[in-house]
Amino acid sequence: MAVSDASLAPAHARAVTWLTTRHHWRWAEALPWLIAIAAYFVFPDRMTFGSQVLIMVLFALSLDLILGYAGIVTLGQAAFFGLGAYTVGLLSARLGYGEPISGLFAAAAVAAVAGFLSGLVLLRYRGLALLVLTLSTTILLQEVGNLFKDFTGGYDGIPGITIWPLFGVFDYDLYGHTNYIYCGVVLFVLFYVVRRIVYSPFGEALAGIRENVNRMHAIGSPVRWRLVIVYTIAAAISGVSGALFTQTNAYATLGVFDFDRSAGVMIILILGGTGRLYGAFAGGVIYMLLEDYLSKASPEFWQFGIGFVLVLVVLFARRGLFGLVEDFGGRLRKPKP
Amino acid sequence: MSLNLNTIISILFDGLAYAMFLFIVSVGLSVTMGLMGFVNLAHGAFAMAGGYLVLTLTRSWGVPFLPSLVIVFLVVGAVSVIFERTLYARLYRATELDQVLLTIGLAFMAIAGFTYFYGPSPQSIRLPSYLTGQIEGGFRSFPTYRVFIIAVGVVLIAALWYVFERTNIGAKIRAAVDNRRMAQSIGIDVDRLFTLTFGIGSGLAALGGGLAIQLVGLSPSFALIYLVFFLLVVAVGGLGSFKGTLVAALILGIFDTAGKYLYADAGGFFIYAIAMAILLIRPAGLYGRE
Repeated sequence: MAVSDASLAPAHARAVTWLTTRHHWRWAEALPWLIAIAAYFVFPDRMTFGSQVLIMVLFALSLDLILGYAGIVTLGQAAFFGLGAYTVGLLSARLGYGEPISGLFAAAAVAAVAGFLSGLVLLRYRGLALLVLTLSTTILLQEVGNLFKDFTGGYDGIPGITIWPLFGVFDYDLYGHTNYIYCGVVLFVLFYVVRRIVYSPFGEALAGIRENVNRMHAIGSPVRWRLVIVYTIAAAISGVSGALFTQTNAYATLGVFDFDRSAGVMIILILGGTGRLYGAFAGGVIYMLLEDYLSKASPEFWQFGIGFVLVLVVLFARRGLFGLVEDFGGRLRKPKP
Repeated sequence: MSLNLNTIISILFDGLAYAMFLFIVSVGLSVTMGLMGFVNLAHGAFAMAGGYLVLTLTRSWGVPFLPSLVIVFLVVGAVSVIFERTLYARLYRATELDQVLLTIGLAFMAIAGFTYFYGPSPQSIRLPSYLTGQIEGGFRSFPTYRVFIIAVGVVLIAALWYVFERTNIGAKIRAAVDNRRMAQSIGIDVDRLFTLTFGIGSGLAALGGGLAIQLVGLSPSFALIYLVFFLLVVAVGGLGSFKGTLVAALILGIFDTAGKYLYADAGGFFIYAIAMAILLIRPAGLYGRE
């Protein structure tokens, strides 16, 4: 495109460079992974906790796809987490099948089918109707699980889950080292997938839907199908995170469908910042550390704290921690002309 | 349980009492959401606050049950106005997500606060003696407490209906729900109207929470568990619709009770299934505008 005003040329060039290189890997992107690896060596006895952090990061990443990129506000992401958790749990407890990797695929498939079917119906709605419908779907699943508690174990949890060693070789140690590496690798693989999606034309279309859905309709973008597809992908990833939850803990109760989980993952994303991939990482680590630390003092303390933080974030740091950092960085740079 | 006449009457009677509770708490939420489109997930916390306040008033301060209901209506209503002015008002033009997050945060803080002071276990109050007996209704008797809840509900419905349909302020509210900009441009102060309805709605929620302690229980998890029911009533009835809230409360209250009577294991399954079915067919609710 020609730029008529010469004074705009540098800005134009910068924009072009940004657009053509923004999907390139940057050095800073290695940082979270290096931290994850360092944590393995610095806190070798906290790896069980570390696995849970990685699982929540993965769960938040799946929500980022639909909330941060597509702009759909849902209160029912725990439905897919729970379906994944129960797929793996019931495969092991009822069918005696405990192979972990194929378990992840099974969980992803079940959650994806549920995401596709519910997405077909629910994504036609917006606003309060969508909030209530997603919330109700999750509670409905919980109620169904409780209805067949002879099969699911109800709120007492699935009895007798055994997960076979990874690749039939690596057994699970008491300190959760195997689990941590396992979760880390799964997270990296799925992060790579999400990153590709976000920077693809499909990802651009999602951002377009988030920013101005009417315009996307006007230019002929198949809005509803794109939403259903991203909802399905996100559901599959949530399912995998739920499956990892069951595998690493070797238990799952109907509590996985709790509203607190749907709200918690949303809080993680908001803390870190939505629609920026690494928000899930920063938010997940901080949320889990705070929970670990404050819950030991008292559960009320933790719940009050997270509620207070949420109110503060909404009022003062709407773009999350990364947004705060950017604002602060921008202020530091400002004095230069 | 077999479905004989006696069971049907029990279902209708208990369902009606439950529906009155749902209506009293939800009507304020419906009107405020209809006025401002504000998603208030802390509404259940106001109802819970009413319950705990009644508990303290009757148990520790020796205030009789009925006056304490009036007190919680006034106190919680007044406190909610402070919240509305300082926090909610800042987010009227914000996104739905921001409103959801702010009010979830407030609900969490309320739950934690009440757990800290009252403990996590369910609480109950001792009802005055004139509410504990049975009332003879010809061929069978009915518990006085539930009759009382129904009576309070009917009185409130009549009063609210009068305010809504027959007074100047009610006409202003209906106008603002219909078309906020138009109402503003003819000189209706919608912000002040909202503050007023928000206070009254939260006060009613608190009254409902206190009134129904012995019917629906009271524990810190109340704020989230029942919030879902209130949201269902509002969504099914249609935002800002007085009639819709009433009809939705009746449908959900009676069907939920019937489900629990006839098929106890299914728990809350029916209320969600029915609400979802209605919403899928009519996304704007029974009496809402598309």
